[in-house]
Amino acid sequence: MDAIVTKGLTKRYKDLTAVDSLDLTIREGELFSLLGVNGAGKTTTIKMLSCLTQPTAGDALLCGRSILTDTAAVKALIAVSPQETAVAPNLTVRENLELMCGVHGFSKVKQAEKVRELTELLDLGRISGKKAGKLSGGWQRRLSIAMALISEPRVLFLDEPTLGLDVLARSDLWDIIRSLKGKITIILTTHYMEEAEALSDRIGIMGSGRLLRCATAAELMEAAGADKFEDAFVRIVKGAAK
Amino acid sequence: MRMLTFARRNTKEILRDPLNLAFGLGFPVVLLLLLSAIQASIPVPLFEIGHLTPGITVFGLSFMTLFSATIIARDRSSALLQRLYTTPLTAADFILGYTLPMLPISAAQCLICYALALALGLGFTVNILWAVLFILPVSLLYIGLGLLCGSVFTDKQVGGICGALLTNLSAWLSGIWFDLDLVGGAFKAVAYALPFVHAVELERAVLSGSWSGIGPHLAWVLGYGLLTIAAAIALFLRQMRKQ
Repeated sequence: MDAIVTKGLTKRYKDLTAVDSLDLTIREGELFSLLGVNGAGKTTTIKMLSCLTQPTAGDALLCGRSILTDTAAVKALIAVSPQETAVAPNLTVRENLELMCGVHGFSKVKQAEKVRELTELLDLGRISGKKAGKLSGGWQRRLSIAMALISEPRVLFLDEPTLGLDVLARSDLWDIIRSLKGKITIILTTHYMEEAEALSDRIGIMGSGRLLRCATAAELMEAAGADKFEDAFVRIVKGAAK
Repeated sequence: MRMLTFARRNTKEILRDPLNLAFGLGFPVVLLLLLSAIQASIPVPLFEIGHLTPGITVFGLSFMTLFSATIIARDRSSALLQRLYTTPLTAADFILGYTLPMLPISAAQCLICYALALALGLGFTVNILWAVLFILPVSLLYIGLGLLCGSVFTDKQVGGICGALLTNLSAWLSGIWFDLDLVGGAFKAVAYALPFVHAVELERAVLSGSWSGIGPHLAWVLGYGLLTIAAAIALFLRQMRKQ
């Protein structure tokens, strides 16, 4: 089954077309990366798919549910880990996880079970009593992903999950993302070419709101005639700009 | 249930910030002590404990504006709100979740001021309990202002606008620190066209048991309160849609 199908998805802000008639299909369980330079339309696409922004035209189906007409059902299927850390700073790690359980309406039993499960999965045990605002960037991102996973989403949006992290923290997060592959559909936006290449099943390259290419990293390199993925990305984006 | 979870989170966020406790609870207490000490040396009717305390309890509410504006603005800038907008929480859950925790905090702040006033010589009457009860509609006005500012301004702007401008504006135009008749003219007219002085006079009337005089003041406070809350809800929903 397809996890996401977009049909002519478009977002215009006055004179600017942020996303221009996007047609895209992402399979269930796939890890799909959206790449593009600043202003390419990645974050706007994610905001539309996660019902944060209404499209100007077109529609998208998430697990068969429309983002236009079935918003509540779509929200129940998805989770978002935004670009910023998006944690409650004066709450402990455990309380942040409990907050997400509460807003999803979990029972006390299910809450305890989910908090234990995610604390183990993301190795948060030793910091569970610490205030989220006191954690390092890497641990905050880890908590942010745990908070997104609380609702057992079928589709997880990770917006720049490793932005600003050091090499080790990034490597740890890559391991976590890899461990989720195949279990849920993941849409990742990133500026790091090596991240997209290492983690993704397929990669979509966006430029000026349009989807320029969509394929595996190897296919994109072959199509662009480049040995390195970064070179392939640059050629595709520059080629489209000409 | 979902709304209560969110409201509990907001309560913890506010009460765990030591600056909030210092300003919200500490500052009114310090003012009460300081002005009572001045009153002991140079007595003036304005700072008699029965006249001063209701004003201080209203002035303390300007910190509720600051707290509610700060938490909303921070949640917006940290993208926590963006995350929560993708959950089943509704617009009503957000508005009530931000508003409800401030009511018991306002009442607690008022109670602490009256407890201190009792220690400083205010005679106990049942009207003190009424004054605490009547602080709730007044606090709705201040909470609404916070919701409004938090929906419009960034967390840095909120500090200046609510922490400095609004606090000073509500203090100068409230008749707490000086008798508005001393200035008179346009200043007094502006002050009485705004709700702050009515909030103070409402509390003073309740504490002194002058029930016949509370109607117009309550109407001003409730009128402004409802308008502010309505504008705050509209602006909150607007920024929610803009997400």
